[in-house]
Order: sequence, then C-alpha cells, then structure tokens
Amino acid sequence: MIEINNIKKSYKTGSTELQVLKGVNMHVEPGELVSIMGSSGSGKSTLLNVLGLLDKYDSGSYLLNNVKMEGLSEKEAAFYRNRFLGFVFQSFNLLPFKTALENVALPLYYQKVDRKERLRKAEQYLERVGLLNWKDHYPNEMSGGQKQRVAIARALITEPKVVLADEPTGALDSVTSEEIMGLFKEVHASGMTMVVVTHENEIAAQTQRIIRLSDGLVKNQVPVL
Amino acid sequence: MDFDKWQEIFESLRRHKLRTILTAISVWWGIFMLIILLGAGSGLENSAKRDFEDDSMNTFFIYGGETSLPYKGLKPGRYIQFANEDRQILDQKIEGIEYTSGRLWLWGDNLTKFEDKALSFDLRPVHPEHLHIEKTIIEQGRFLNDADLGSFRKVCVIGDLVKEELMPDIVDPVGQYVNIKGIDFMIVGVFTDKGWEGERKNIYLPITTVQKVFYGRDRISQLLATSDSKDMEETMLIKEQIINSLASRHNFDKNDNQAIYMWNNYENFKDFQTFFGMLKGFLWFVGIGSILAGVIGVSNIMLIIVKDRTREIGIRKALGATPRSIISMIVTESVFLTGISGYVGVLSGFGIIELLGYAMEKFEVELEFFYKPQISPAVIFSALLILIIAGVVAGYFPAKKAATISAVEAMNN
Repeated sequence: MIEINNIKKSYKTGSTELQVLKGVNMHVEPGELVSIMGSSGSGKSTLLNVLGLLDKYDSGSYLLNNVKMEGLSEKEAAFYRNRFLGFVFQSFNLLPFKTALENVALPLYYQKVDRKERLRKAEQYLERVGLLNWKDHYPNEMSGGQKQRVAIARALITEPKVVLADEPTGALDSVTSEEIMGLFKEVHASGMTMVVVTHENEIAAQTQRIIRLSDGLVKNQVPVL
Repeated sequence: MDFDKWQEIFESLRRHKLRTILTAISVWWGIFMLIILLGAGSGLENSAKRDFEDDSMNTFFIYGGETSLPYKGLKPGRYIQFANEDRQILDQKIEGIEYTSGRLWLWGDNLTKFEDKALSFDLRPVHPEHLHIEKTIIEQGRFLNDADLGSFRKVCVIGDLVKEELMPDIVDPVGQYVNIKGIDFMIVGVFTDKGWEGERKNIYLPITTVQKVFYGRDRISQLLATSDSKDMEETMLIKEQIINSLASRHNFDKNDNQAIYMWNNYENFKDFQTFFGMLKGFLWFVGIGSILAGVIGVSNIMLIIVKDRTREIGIRKALGATPRSIISMIVTESVFLTGISGYVGVLSGFGIIELLGYAMEKFEVELEFFYKPQISPAVIFSALLILIIAGVVAGYFPAKKAATISAVEAMNN
C-alpha cells in the first residue's frame, strides 16, 4: 500500500541545512496497522507529513496505492489527500464553527458530493464512532475523546486507502487513549490500512509492527508479537 | 448555488461584526462620494447647458465700437453705428448664416400701462428671425412678422410673466392694447422661454416701428446672426466674412479690433465643454480615489481574515481543499462584502441626488449654478463594475497568499 525508497528531506534555516530524513526505506502492506516511533527530532513527524502529501521531499520515491507520488502539483496533492488518505491529528483539528456532523461531512464537500448525501453519510460515520447523539454539538462542547472520535469519523468518511494518525492519543488521558485505540483496532479489523505515529510504547504495542526512526533513518522494524 | 461556501462567508462576516461593519462603511462611503460628486457635477453642467440651450448654439453678437486705426485717410476715433442695411448684408451676403436680427436699446423708464397698472419691463425691438435666435416659444397668437416691420405696425409680443403681472385675469390677451412709453401697441402674441426667468419679462416690438416712433432714424444697437455650423473652423471663417463685409461698408480697418466687438457663444461653448470635461475627469479622479481607499481597506481586512483563518485553511487543505477552492472562498467573501456595501452606496447616493432633483422641482428652487442633478445608468453601471473589480482585487492577493501556505505550517499556526 505504501512503499518509500531512499526518501531524503532537508530544511534550510538561514545558511544551515538540516537533514531531517536521510534516506528512509519502508513499506506498509494493505490492511496493516503500523506504528512509527522515535524520539523528538528523529524525523517521524516529517515522515508522516511526507506520507500524507502535506510536505514535499527532496529525493527518493513514494508509491501510494501503486500510484507514484512524484512532482505533484498542489491540485494533484489535494486530490490524492482527499481520495487516498484520512488524517487523525493530536490536536483534533476540527473546525470550531461547524457542528460535529458538518465537520465529518467536510471532506466530501471537496469531492463535490451533494449536501444531503454528505450529511446522510456523515450521520452514518458518526454512528459508527458512537456519537450520533452529538451530531449538532460544536467541538468546544465535547470532551477530547469525543473530538478525536469525530476526527476519526471525518478521516473515514472518504473511504481512504490509508489512515494516517499523528500522536492520536497525545492529548488524551490513559482511559480515553485506550478507547481511541480500541476504535482504531476496530477500524483496522474492518480492513483499513493504518499508520500511527507515536512516542508511547503502550500505543505502539497495540499495532502489528513498529518502525523505529532515529536521526532520520529507520533503525529497526519490529513485528509485535 | 454553493450553500456551504455562502454559509461560511456569512459565518465569517458574522463572527467579526465590527470589522465587517467598518469595512462596509469605508466601501460604502467611497462609492457614495463618487455618486454624489458626479451628481453635483451634472447639476453644475446642466445649469450651464440650460443657459446655452436657450439661445442658438452658434450665435454671433456684434456691437459697434470706436475705430482705433486710421483707414483710407480717415482718422481714428469714429463711432461705428449699425443700421437695418447691416442686418440685410449679413442675411444675404454671408454664406453659412442662418438667422439674423437687430436689437435696439430703449432708454428711460420703459413704462408699460394696462388699465390701471403701470409696470416697467424690458422692451426689445427686434427683427422677426429673432424668434429662432432666442428660441422663443410662442404660447398664444404669433411672433412679429415681416409685414409688421414693413408697415411699421404698432404691435407687440409679450412674455408670459408680463401677461401674468399686467393682466392676470385676462385669458386671451391677443388683441388687447398696452400703452408703451405713451403709445398704444396691440398684443399679437404671448411667449415663454426656457432660459432664465428675466427672458419672460420682455416685450418684443417691431424694430422698424420703434426706430420710427422713438428714434426717428434707422439704427441698430446690436446685430445678431446665427449659424448652424458645428465646426470651429467654419465658424471662424464666417466670423472673418462678417468682419470683412462690415469693414468695407463702414470704412474701417479689418484688423481694428475696437471698431466692432464680436462675441460668439460657440467658442464659449467649446471652452465650456472642455471645462466640464476636465471637471468630470477631476470628479472621477477624486471619486475613484475614495473608492480606492475603501478597496485598500477591504484588502487589509481580508489579509487579517486570512491570517486569522490560517489554521482553518491548513485543515481544509489536509482534507483535500485545492488552492483554487481556497482562493474562491476568500475572493467571494471579498466581492460579497464590497458588492453589498457598494450597492448600498450606489443606492443611497443615487437616492440623495434624485431626492435633491425632485425637491428642487417640487419647491421650484431656481439656482443659477445648479439644475437637474442626475446620475446616468452608464455611471451607475461603471460604478458597480469598478466595485466588482475592486472586490476581486481586494480579495485576490490575500487569497493567493493563503493558498500558498503549506498545510503543515498552517495547522501548526
């Protein structure tokens, strides 16, 4: 599903160049639940941004769903983000002035899906994350766990190829984190390919395989037993 | 209709009420001032046009003067006095002349009596073609004719205000007699005039009758001649011909610019046209300047809005928003804001100008320098066009900036 070879990426800050990814190789099989671990500065967030087409890389190759993700224009990147990828962020990233239902429906707006159909489908996904009763509430009326569930519903509504999660439990307490991981496993069980970036061992332990990054390179890949 | 886009625009405007209102006011004020300025300009122009429209557009006014150059052995300092023959010469010998008439000044109290009333009016002895030169409008009866002049009839044509003041109760004054400077004249017609009010307090008399009765000799104080030419060069040629023929008849040097005085309102009209062209240009300049200030205001506000919404834009990009959809969202908001406030500006400016025109007509306010202010549809159309362009421009640059921010950076904002 995901195959990257020798991905390099550096940031320029003034006259100094900071090499963040120094030739990363990794792959994710369809239906796999993989975690990427690493200390801060290891390049794991940058890697996730590259995987999510949110950031460009300097060299290497990236195959997503057997499509080459190279030299994409902004418009093409937006298209693949919308069709192939679903995002779950640490800080939820819900739009504060939209209700839970509208937030979930938003990705379909960019697919030019009719409003009625959008909202109907959004209800379906809210139900799946157990928040149908909260559909008319605004994000600031919800708990962190509820917000993250809305975000997960939003990530799933486009039926993406891969769900990318960036520290999805980073802002949650341990009980809520368990609930969210439970939901993740449920989604995974339905056949979704998922990549979770985390620095928590308990979270990574619940995935099938751990990819450890260190100093811009893959240090090791450990199957979870 | 993209419901979500509009919902978001209203939402964004609603969340920042004060900002929205201040922006709207700056645009409103700009377009309002443009309309008011142009309306006021048209009021000025129309008042001047009214004065020109009253008389024939291309009229020569010629007065006799005093020679200042010696000519064919004649000394300078001779007075040039016109007579009926001068008018005839202008009428018959000069190409391009349409109508001619003389005028004669009558001095003294000029008392006109009717029954027990005695009032002073302007008496104007003229030739029949004066009707066309002054664009006199006959309301009752007729104007003076050649037969009146030929047989020195004691007839007169009075202005409607003369009739109003002298004989308000008489429905048909034609056939009535008035006593002018001691002599009875029969009224043969009543006229009105579109020019200033004073024109309608004139009494026209056959010039030959006046010459015979009050002067005892054939003389003319002022010659008038009109041309239907709309061309400056032609007009200048006619002017030269007039000078040449008068110079040869009265024996003065045609380069003597004090022997006769000539005034041509077409030259004046040309100057007037240039002046109003410039005035209009100036008013547009000032008006556009004030619109521009409004547009810069909107653009600034849009920049702030974009900055405020950076995170939101980042999220939208992550969810699949194209740069185009981001730009479209912001530009639409900008066009909507400028469009609505500008439209209200156009309406209120237009309303005030119309109200002013209506009030002036209703209460019969006559101002010498202001008349029938109006805004043409073309002006409104171009004002709205300017607004829409302004809205697009005001929104585009902030939008462009917003669309190029990377999604990651925007979300970390």
